[in-house]
Amino acid sequence: MKHIITALVENKPGVLARIVGLISGRGYNIETLNVGPTQDPAVSKMTLVVPGDDHVLEQVTLQVGKLIDVISVTDVTGARHLDRELILVEVATDSVAQRAEVLDLAALFKAAVAAVTERSVTLQMVGSLDVVADFMLLLKPCKILDLSRSGQIAVARGEG
Amino acid sequence: MKNREVDQTGARSGAQCVVDGLERAGCEVVFGYPGGTVLDIFNVLCLSPIHFILSRHEQGAAHMADGYARATGKPGVCLVTSGPGATNTVTGLATANMDGVPMVCITGQVALSAIGNDAFQEADTIGITRAVTKHNTLVRSADEVPAAIAEAFYIATSGKPGPVLIDIPKDVQRQLTAARPPETISLRSYNPHAAIQPETLAALAEAINRSERPVLYVGGGAIAANASGPLTEVARKANIPVTTTLMGLGAFPEDDPLALRMLGMHGAAVANIAVNRCDLLIALGARFDDRVTGKIAEFAPAAKIAHIDVDPSAIGKSVRVDFPIRGDAREAVEGLLPLVRPNEHAAWRAELDAIRRKYPLKYARSETALQPMFVLEELDRLRKGRGIIVTDVGQHQMWATQFIRHLRPRSFLSSGGLGTMGFGLPAAIGAQLARPDELVVAICGDGGIQMNAQELVVAVEHQIPVKTIILNNGHLGMVRQWQQMFYGKRYSAVVLGSHQRPANERIAHAGEPVYRPDFVKLAEAHGMRAARVTWPAEVAPTLERAFADPHPWLIECIVDPEANVLPMVPPGAAVSAMIVD
Repeated sequence: MKHIITALVENKPGVLARIVGLISGRGYNIETLNVGPTQDPAVSKMTLVVPGDDHVLEQVTLQVGKLIDVISVTDVTGARHLDRELILVEVATDSVAQRAEVLDLAALFKAAVAAVTERSVTLQMVGSLDVVADFMLLLKPCKILDLSRSGQIAVARGEG
Repeated sequence: MKNREVDQTGARSGAQCVVDGLERAGCEVVFGYPGGTVLDIFNVLCLSPIHFILSRHEQGAAHMADGYARATGKPGVCLVTSGPGATNTVTGLATANMDGVPMVCITGQVALSAIGNDAFQEADTIGITRAVTKHNTLVRSADEVPAAIAEAFYIATSGKPGPVLIDIPKDVQRQLTAARPPETISLRSYNPHAAIQPETLAALAEAINRSERPVLYVGGGAIAANASGPLTEVARKANIPVTTTLMGLGAFPEDDPLALRMLGMHGAAVANIAVNRCDLLIALGARFDDRVTGKIAEFAPAAKIAHIDVDPSAIGKSVRVDFPIRGDAREAVEGLLPLVRPNEHAAWRAELDAIRRKYPLKYARSETALQPMFVLEELDRLRKGRGIIVTDVGQHQMWATQFIRHLRPRSFLSSGGLGTMGFGLPAAIGAQLARPDELVVAICGDGGIQMNAQELVVAVEHQIPVKTIILNNGHLGMVRQWQQMFYGKRYSAVVLGSHQRPANERIAHAGEPVYRPDFVKLAEAHGMRAARVTWPAEVAPTLERAFADPHPWLIECIVDPEANVLPMVPPGAAVSAMIVD
């Protein structure tokens, strides 16, 4: 299954390479990766989505936690959390009917229209791991011209 | 006299900060090799009281620092230049990293402005060594040097120890700084000490008190944590049989009746059978390596497993664990000592004693053919419990675990995890420097010694009295053994003598078989005393002579080329598949 792993790390050169190297060195593919600053400029937050066996991902998480520049690491998959990903997708609309279909789909997923041309619509969609997966599935029959995904970002939620 | 690079304002160079940092950390010896990007550090190092050992290859320097660290528990330090100097240390760093050995490696780097330009002797040292160090860091300003050195020693020696590399550009070494080392070190992202929860220890003690067939399985972590004393007390109080890993040899005295000796692929039959039959396996600073467990599904099938380890990622990595305890091995056994109740475990011990008698370690004794095991038995007899045994990697290494009794921690030094041929001689030199009054014996094969034979001269010029014993069987023996047992006796690339080489090596040789090099001449060319032993009767007098002599020696023993290491659990197999004869 897909695991969402978040890590707080020192904002220093090489930390990203260290984490990515550790995971890829064990033969695991990182599906998405997002890095950004936090409220503390010396600390960055990373969110990784890694598909894999639970036991193996537990190991990977522990080993990432061992890295000297990693302040904390959590596999939030099984815990209360919020996760979101931003998608920009340009879909071909060769006819008015096709455009209407795409706009219908956009409305269902609360996706915004970011740009329109004669032959395409670009949608901006935000959703959790599951919702994004559903959206991508429903987009399948359409002709996708370009797709950019930010990678999942996640925050833990307190109990209650 | 100006012996420090300090100006009137108290500012000092980055290079001076390095040397000051080493002195402050208590470093007594540095092993290394100079080059263009570390000239500034060497320029001030030679004014320091720190003893400098010039190796003849940077890999040798790294293994010397490693041997020094294993023999003492103190971090070994090496200092090399950028590019090839740094890349030559990679095997040494990986060796130390796998075995959790504290080391600080300082590498020169090209000037900051040249980094990334494919400058002369430039390598991405941080990128290359990231996976083989506990931590590494590129220092970008002289202001960072004092803290970087202090942190490197702290990280190398705390938690699960390991090698730390600091890469210092040449211009940073020349910059002046007023920075001073921090009084105390604390890193918010690194908390190596986890206090053990008393209730987890109480639960384990309860399990020990209920167990009828317990086994202690002790690894290198017990030695790193100086846990031998309380561990031995716990084992004796509750009469728990003890097996050790290769890295744990010496953590529990092998002359104790509770000692099962080493387990695993070439472990004692009784140790493997005990693990197979036990109802409680207590792992202390051991990591369930594949050479220990064999087929994981059939490992300790009847046992509850307790795992005490300072490294949380080691716990539950290979096997399911019923009692996970993260923490220091010494703290754990000290905590267990008052909680475990005296217990005879008479039936369990009698059962194991019978197995021990049924499967003794043995070999074909001979008056004429020199058996490598015989050499080691004689060595063990003549060393009278003294000294430090250092090995290379291969058959001789396994025989050294079997035919030498290991009685004290930090007295058997061997590359366990990485299995680095060429480790033995330089590590022995490092160990002897750390413990000058001990007998230090390097046991090597004829293959491994040639991987770092250039370091013989270091022993000679510093009069480091290491006794190097080469068990020369004319082959890469362990690979030959696998080819014999698992590859239909097709001996590919393992013959080192002139005869019976496979056709694809295209070595044509007429006349008497020749072995090259002549190791006695090789030693003598370096100014080292040397002898060759061919007959069993020559072993004891030659060893006695060398042991009594205050100079380094090399003793080449021409041994049976067909001898195999037994027992053997075939790779990936269960204990039941153990080959005994």
